Amino acid sequence: MTAAASVDNLITAAPIARRRTSERKHVGSHIFLLIITVLWTAPLLWAMYTSLRPYGETAKYGYLSLPHHLTFSNFTNAWSQADILHYFWNSVIITLPAVVITLGLASCVAYVLARFSFWFNIPLLIIFVSANLLPPQVIITPLYRIYLTIHVPHFISNNGLLYNSYAGLIIVNTAFQLGFCVFVLSNYMKTIPNEITEAALVDGASVWTRYWKLTLPLCRPALAALATLLTTWIYNDFFWAITLISSGNKRPITSALANLQGQYFTNQNLLAAGALITAVPTLLVYVILQKQFIAGLSLGSSKG
Amino acid sequence: MSDSESGTPGAQSPLSRRSVLKGLAGAAGLAVVPGALLEACSSSKKTASPPSSAAPAATTSAAAAPTSSAAAAASSSAAVAPASSAAAGGGAATGTITFGSNYSDAVPKAAFAAMIGGFTSANPNAKVTINTVDHNTFQNNINNYLQGTPDDLFTWFAGFRMRFFASQGLATPIDDVWDKIGDNFSDAFKSAAKGDDGHYYFVPLYNYPWAVFYRKSVWAAKGYQVPTTWDAFVALQKQMQKDGLVPMAMGQKDGWPALGTFDIINMRLNGFQFHMDLMAHKVTWDDPKVLAVFKQWTEILPYQQAGANGRIWQDAAKTLLNKQAGMYLLGSFVAQQFTAAPDLADLAFFPYPAIDPANAQDAIDAPIDGFMMSKKVKNQAGATALLEYIGTAGAEALYGKTDPSDVAAATNADTSNYNPIQLASAALIKNSKDIAQFLDRDTNPDFADNTVAAMIQSFFNDPGAVASQLKALEGQAKTVFTS
Amino acid sequence: MLSVGDKVVLSLMVFIPLAIVLFFVWFPAIATVFLSFTTWSGIGGLKAIHADGIQNYHQIATNYPPFVPALEHNVLWLVVFIVFATPLGILIAVLLDQKIRGSRIYQSLIFLPVMLSLALIGIIWELMYSNNYGLINSLIGRNGQTNFIDWLGNPKLNIWAVLVEASWRQVGYVMVLYLAGLKAVDPTLREAATVDGATPWQTFWRVVFPVLRPINVIIVVITVIESLRAFDLVYITNGGTNGLELLSVLVTRNILGQQSRIGFGSSLGVVLLVIALVPIITFLVQQLREEKRR
Repeated sequence: MTAAASVDNLITAAPIARRRTSERKHVGSHIFLLIITVLWTAPLLWAMYTSLRPYGETAKYGYLSLPHHLTFSNFTNAWSQADILHYFWNSVIITLPAVVITLGLASCVAYVLARFSFWFNIPLLIIFVSANLLPPQVIITPLYRIYLTIHVPHFISNNGLLYNSYAGLIIVNTAFQLGFCVFVLSNYMKTIPNEITEAALVDGASVWTRYWKLTLPLCRPALAALATLLTTWIYNDFFWAITLISSGNKRPITSALANLQGQYFTNQNLLAAGALITAVPTLLVYVILQKQFIAGLSLGSSKG
Repeated sequence: MSDSESGTPGAQSPLSRRSVLKGLAGAAGLAVVPGALLEACSSSKKTASPPSSAAPAATTSAAAAPTSSAAAAASSSAAVAPASSAAAGGGAATGTITFGSNYSDAVPKAAFAAMIGGFTSANPNAKVTINTVDHNTFQNNINNYLQGTPDDLFTWFAGFRMRFFASQGLATPIDDVWDKIGDNFSDAFKSAAKGDDGHYYFVPLYNYPWAVFYRKSVWAAKGYQVPTTWDAFVALQKQMQKDGLVPMAMGQKDGWPALGTFDIINMRLNGFQFHMDLMAHKVTWDDPKVLAVFKQWTEILPYQQAGANGRIWQDAAKTLLNKQAGMYLLGSFVAQQFTAAPDLADLAFFPYPAIDPANAQDAIDAPIDGFMMSKKVKNQAGATALLEYIGTAGAEALYGKTDPSDVAAATNADTSNYNPIQLASAALIKNSKDIAQFLDRDTNPDFADNTVAAMIQSFFNDPGAVASQLKALEGQAKTVFTS
Repeated sequence: MLSVGDKVVLSLMVFIPLAIVLFFVWFPAIATVFLSFTTWSGIGGLKAIHADGIQNYHQIATNYPPFVPALEHNVLWLVVFIVFATPLGILIAVLLDQKIRGSRIYQSLIFLPVMLSLALIGIIWELMYSNNYGLINSLIGRNGQTNFIDWLGNPKLNIWAVLVEASWRQVGYVMVLYLAGLKAVDPTLREAATVDGATPWQTFWRVVFPVLRPINVIIVVITVIESLRAFDLVYITNGGTNGLELLSVLVTRNILGQQSRIGFGSSLGVVLLVIALVPIITFLVQQLREEKRR
């Protein structure tokens, strides 16, 4: 395998090259990473290439052929035929509040866990983190019933139930993602030196002030990283959306695309275009928050 | 189904269906039986005292009454008239009617919209909101959908699937609708629209036959003849293979399409009654006669398109469209893939050849699709008016104009615009002695779509192990049909 | 030391999120355990649920052919992740951590698959694997009507084909998590090792890797959980049949549909739950040790 071979290269080549310029030292790494990157992006590039070609042309010459025309018409067709804007908006209505609420609640718990030593700290962490690890299928049936039973005010859900409502999807996504965020945020907060809050304590600042004004701003990298991951996960959620939403027009974009698939299953070019459009928002979020992405993902303090 | 329950849907269904379906012969849309004659023997009179839900609320009864009379008037005169605003209720229905639809494919979706358009243009005060959900998701979630916040009306299937929801109290009886539309349907459709309690729960829209489709031009070029016997059928497939064609297209990725092949071989080989007994699990799946069906199938398996388990039926249909395959056994909805007019004109079908002469070519699968009213209906007057409209020949013709692959259920539907496929479909249904709905509509649908479908997939993978596959299938059938 | 107001704020900060998790995750999970000892079609209220003892579990063990393949596929999934995808992700992270040029571009491109929606992934791989028009079969000239390789339809091949898709995502995910862990390693440790004449390889294994123990445990837990939670790729490929059975899919297939077998599906869910608890508990024990060490 290429992987094994390049690892060998790396091991033998590295010591010899050590004192030379840093880039020459990394030739092996570069080759290996290039191969991986090409392999990893090829399927996506292939889909892009397909989406830029008219269906008639690929039907005639086959998919593996040089382009005669390249066109954005698949994208414009998918955009209008699948009513993508409408479903994008649904996704925004679900994803944005879910991310904000999850981060807000998780940072509260994380703050308590990181800054206080109560007897219940460990059980609390266990309850949150292991909830995140449960397979969603395990809880879906009772959850249906809860969603059909709970009555909520009409400004939250216009059918008066959590079932088939945006609020219901926001809640389940929040409940399911809290664990991971609590874990990451509490670890991150533990790395923030305590002196800052101690100084504030002397000034008589309340718990809320210490959390909201002092700790949270310092957690920005972690919040940004989590926001990126949460956006990806919630936006791409498929399972909750198909099981807890019964109205086709309330679906978020990723599950609504199944409708497009039902209508145009044989036109792969159009489908690829439609599916590529759905990737844009998560990629945008990633690009915007990228700088803080790795720095913020502290999974545990590992300093010495 | 539990033992105590099996007295109701399981045990009765084959009997009632058999009588139902014999009568269905007249339902093919050729208007052989005058509506008035049917009314005389109509059982809808038996349910003259409708259940409480059938009585319209005081505020809406004024609106509902003229609607119904208009629809009735239209239905009696609509034998030839295409959908007109008169057939659509004359502007009496009001409010928003919500409609859950699984017609998510392009052609049926447009046809459905066209039919509903006929209603809304005649009823400017009514608004119909169509909630389209792709059909896999719709069927997977139907249970929760009906118990949760269902739409007023929803698309569904006749047979076991309809009667199950009726008996579970998840549907509203619509005897009042049938008082108005009863004349438009044959007895066969009438009994197919009734639940186990004898009340009406279903308005049929169309049915369609399962048969062997082919392209006339390909057959003419090669000089193929329609086979009526098994030997001729096998010889034909052998010849096709020699000629470089895939003799029989197949796409079994979704699990259900090949159930149609099982149905037809079973009915040809063992007869309709045996098939229905098997569906009711009165006969077990490890019965030697079931094994014989698969042995028969094994004989033609070498001529079936390879890799069926990885292909959706739409792609299999494409190989027929592209003249790479010689035949395809499927429902007439295969015509939806033939979007270009010349291609559609080139499409034809023949009924599956006879295997046991005793059964000849008597039975076919011809499932009925239609509509039900949910228990939690909000705008019952409006929904009733809409169902009354749909139960007219005019409305069904409007649907058929856009989706030319089905046969309208209404006896008096206009057939003058039928394409050759529709005419032949109507004739095939009319000439069939017994009509089944389809495996996943005649038996427990989840057993059919999960367990039987998976068994057929493993049969394709390893036809030699079919005996043990059937044993395992029966083991699971026992748990499903007794629990 | 805490004022009354502070105490109220603190308890709200804990109680609200806790209530959400308990009510919307743990309560249904426990209810599932109860349902697993019943039969229920999913229709009607509590009265329609009938106690059934361990009948469902008995059926799973003795009379449910997809169960063993599903278990095998979950294990295979885990093995492939542990042997291939996760180490590859770690290796890439270590390479990227050398401050090499273009690190961020590599990182972003390899992370791409993690961000894509399921619908897109399904279509991307359909375009790769399709019998007649897929890229792979076209490239190797096996895309005819009879000579094609049936990547997704052949029950011996398709699990591997889907595992390639899954690894495609898992590598990027592990890479990012590990990179985050590596960034947190005190750079002076590494400098000291380099001064002592250690090769990068030795530095990693002898200095960095041991320090990263907590991260390693998390990565292992995530790997195990991801292979148990595996669902979407298989479900979108063929609904999880014909060689692609997984426990999560079996649960889903039994609880969906017109006449669902909620009790039976729930008992499959409990099997999944019990298996998932093993890594969860391992992780928690580790976590407790960490807490004590502080």
